[in-house]
Amino acid sequence: MSKADNENLYRSRAIKNRIAMVLSCAATAFGLLWLVWILLTTIVNGFEALNLRLFTDMTPPPGSSGGLANAFYGSILMSGIGLLIGTPIGLMAGIWLAEFARNTKLGNAVRFINDILLSAPSIVLGLFVYTAVILPLSAVTNHQVGFSAIAGALALALLVIPVVVRTTDEMLQLQPSTMREAALALGVPQWKLTLQIVLRAAKAGVVTGILLALARITGETAPLLFTAFGNQFWSSDLLKPIASVPVVIFQYAMSPFDDWHSLAWAGALIMTMFVLVLSLSSRLLLLRNRAS
Amino acid sequence: MNNLSLADEKTKIQVRGLDFYYGTQRSLKSVDMIIPEKRITAIIGPSGCGKSTLLRVFNRIYSMYPKQEAKGEVMLNGENILAPGYSMNRLRSNVGMVFQKPVPFPMSIYDNIAYAVRHHEKLSRREMEERVEQALRGAALWDEVKDKLKQSAQSLSGGQQQRLCIARTIALRPQVLLLDEPTSALDPISTGRIEQLITELKEQFTVIIVTHNMQQAARCSDYTAFMFMGELIEHGDTDTIFTKPSKTQTEDYITGRFG
Repeated sequence: MSKADNENLYRSRAIKNRIAMVLSCAATAFGLLWLVWILLTTIVNGFEALNLRLFTDMTPPPGSSGGLANAFYGSILMSGIGLLIGTPIGLMAGIWLAEFARNTKLGNAVRFINDILLSAPSIVLGLFVYTAVILPLSAVTNHQVGFSAIAGALALALLVIPVVVRTTDEMLQLQPSTMREAALALGVPQWKLTLQIVLRAAKAGVVTGILLALARITGETAPLLFTAFGNQFWSSDLLKPIASVPVVIFQYAMSPFDDWHSLAWAGALIMTMFVLVLSLSSRLLLLRNRAS
Repeated sequence: MNNLSLADEKTKIQVRGLDFYYGTQRSLKSVDMIIPEKRITAIIGPSGCGKSTLLRVFNRIYSMYPKQEAKGEVMLNGENILAPGYSMNRLRSNVGMVFQKPVPFPMSIYDNIAYAVRHHEKLSRREMEERVEQALRGAALWDEVKDKLKQSAQSLSGGQQQRLCIARTIALRPQVLLLDEPTSALDPISTGRIEQLITELKEQFTVIIVTHNMQQAARCSDYTAFMFMGELIEHGDTDTIFTKPSKTQTEDYITGRFG
């Protein structure tokens, strides 16, 4: 081949390279555009509606002013209990998968089922809690207890479990087997080495998984519709229906009333900011751990 | 130079008819071997010859993997450690092991050493502090870390981390020290320090070192065993193995004709 042919070859490659670069940049920009748009809309509309009464007043009837205090309380309560129930179960299952059932048939089957649960539509989990918990509970208590905060928390816990199982399993598997061998060679029994050495080494990743699970459940609406139901008034009774921010946003945004719309925007902004802060702090946690 | 002979030594470990299987693959073939007490025995041989496998039988660390199996006898102080009833706690506190890559635990320098000691012995705070200092001195690390015992062990350099791993192993006061290519991940200066340390350690411990580095075996060991394809080809005092080996395979390996 002559030199001139080579020049042509280089030029055609440079052009192809340029085209591929432009296309991938355009695709990235297209994806980011919507995200920025969504964030901007939420911030612009939500910001107008922000005021301190959001945190002190209850959800109002149409035409009067009010806040979201009962909904915030309900969200915090149910997310908190959901996390408290889901985290230990998820942690233990993840530890079992990574440390005791690695490369076993049963372990692989459980991991596969957990992945299905991870991607299960959340409304299905809500329906499940409705039929498996609320209906029998209502029958047993003679319709005294039905839709309730605790049922909502249970539905959220079902969302927490697969996320925590997956991240715990993955983070523990990342730890080198030489660390396990080194501890076993010192006579440390396996349960101690798992809890005090491997889990400690994987701590940042595991905590990140829990934070991400929290970020996921605070924004969930579907699993709460048939479980916590909603409540226009303040309630702290775990056995009674309770309000939550996503459900209030859903109801108010669907309504024809302007003051309800602005409350929904305010709720949406605060939820978005909360989730943003959670993801950012989990990122920071991971970064800082990697740096040290 | 020295007139060492295996026949004159006190036996610490005696291996008889040892076979080892990874699944169905037989990677040690009826190995018979004597490890003399308070001497340094080097095990050399090309990759895949079974030298690390043999080392991993001496503290039964292989048993954490379900598909690995050892058959035969390994007598430590006259007792078969492969016998089903042999206590793993006792074995691991008598036979310590240091690995190729230093793996400090995610805790402070002090706790790295105290952690396993706490599992085996109940010591007062003072006794524990003494034990930690003693172990760090024994591993020639005390002067470098005495002012930062509470710092994370991950902040140490690679060579320091490896000496920390030696320190936490000797803190359990084992009788036998197994070293699996302890310097292959280290720079020449750290390697020199560790080699010097190894020669000091034989005052107290029976040392078995697996190494790829023949100069290292020649420099620091009293006895050398040459393995090839899962078999023990030759075993004798290091001078003889390196100057007048009796088997041609040993000679070929030592002179660099293969391996």
